[in-house]
Amino acid sequence: MRKKLGFSRILRCFALVLFSTFLFNSSYASGESEGKFNAGEMIIHHVSDAHEIHIIGDFAVYLPVIIYDNGLKVFSSSHFYHNPKEVEIAGKHEHYYEHEGYILYHEKVYLAPNGVELNEDGSAIINEAAFDLSITKSVTGLLLVLLIMTLIFIQVAKIYKRREGMAPKGFQTLIEQLILFIRDDVVRPSIGHKADKFLPFLLTVFFFIWISNMLGLIPFIGGFNITGTISVTMVLAILVFIITSIKGNKHYWMHILWPPGVPFLVKLILIPVEIMSVFIKPFVLMVRLTANITAGHIIILAFVSLIFIFGESGAGAGYGAGVFSTIFMMFMNVIELLVAFLQAYVFTLLAALYFGAAVEEAHH
Amino acid sequence: MLSVSIGTVLWTTIAFLIVLFLLVKFAWKPILASLKDREDSIQNALDAADKAKKEMESLQADNEKLLNEARAERDAMLKEARETKNKIVAEAKDKAKEEADNIIANAREAIQNEKMAAITEMKNQVAKFSIEIAEKILKDELSAKGKQEALIENAISDINLN
Repeated sequence: MRKKLGFSRILRCFALVLFSTFLFNSSYASGESEGKFNAGEMIIHHVSDAHEIHIIGDFAVYLPVIIYDNGLKVFSSSHFYHNPKEVEIAGKHEHYYEHEGYILYHEKVYLAPNGVELNEDGSAIINEAAFDLSITKSVTGLLLVLLIMTLIFIQVAKIYKRREGMAPKGFQTLIEQLILFIRDDVVRPSIGHKADKFLPFLLTVFFFIWISNMLGLIPFIGGFNITGTISVTMVLAILVFIITSIKGNKHYWMHILWPPGVPFLVKLILIPVEIMSVFIKPFVLMVRLTANITAGHIIILAFVSLIFIFGESGAGAGYGAGVFSTIFMMFMNVIELLVAFLQAYVFTLLAALYFGAAVEEAHH
Repeated sequence: MLSVSIGTVLWTTIAFLIVLFLLVKFAWKPILASLKDREDSIQNALDAADKAKKEMESLQADNEKLLNEARAERDAMLKEARETKNKIVAEAKDKAKEEADNIIANAREAIQNEKMAAITEMKNQVAKFSIEIAEKILKDELSAKGKQEALIENAISDINLN
């Protein structure tokens, strides 16, 4: 009975993924009808941040565009997307959107009182970039994740208050296991006796990354790529850097600026390396998370692209590749679910290790 | 994709810090505190159980000790009683023997006295008889003077006082 249930679940997943490939099909049939299907462009477009949440076909959620240009200018991105323009330079067709002296070119807003200005071969834009404070797709996703987190954890905290002194129950147990995992298996072994001071920040970071990663895996909600957006991971990495630097004790800074027990000549080499490592560590945190999550999205989108690449040579080949790609996409989706947790875990663990190194007491 | 957008950075920083603050104040602190409370209370309960167990064990040991002491005391008392009994019996025996000896000695003495008295009496009696006999004989014999003296002498020497 149990086995049958599991099988039907797999079937349902299969159907879902299969369905999603057809939806991708419909969403690209319109956009790419005039030229050949360009997989690279499609993939980059999908993993990049945008000013709209493209759900399906012509249906999109338009997000507010906020520009600081002698005062705040706020308008819906639908003004951009409903006013597409095209310019031909050196035989290349460049698409962009225009609204009231601003243009949206490759999802970046530029000041353009006289329309788009490109260089001679059309490879770069000359217009001045606008100070863009828009609520983009990633920002929307981020706000959504933060809202979900606030609701979940404040609710769980209420349950803890209500059920004080009682055994955990239901949802509380699930969250508790995760909290205890982070506390007992990640933070405390990495930091030691000062661990509990860093615990709230690390818990927030862990759940933020994990939920963001998983939100990116849900189909039909626009394919959020929050933790694959470098601006978001950069903020997390900078926070880790700031906390490490502020909480770093004398012992930590001494090891970087004047490593003890090392000959003078070695010090000359070691000190620059150590100082560089202070910046490289959070930088690596940022790149690892972005790259891993983006790579997962790219792989799944690549399998989708395969369908269209084969589809161009005939409908039969397209459907054949569709079945093949769907199976691989299912596999990748499961892997990505694992990666979603793993990357959140890795980020938290490494941040905890850096904090641990910063507050470690001298022991020699 | 890899270009940093200042707007996104700004929104991320603001939103993340606000939520971090809210979660720290309204979620993590109460949750972590109650987790710690629960762990402490479980630890306390375990400690208390352990302590109770130890107390139980020591109580049991005490009981055992008490029991052993009582047993030893009882044994000692029994032994003492037995000794006392033996002593009393022995004393009684000794006393009885002594008494008996005394009685025997008294009896023997009395017998001796009686015997001596009897002998004396008998001696007196014999002497009286002898005198009476001697009187009679003398009465008879004294008629002849020589015969009188020989007779007396003979008669006395014949009495054998055993």
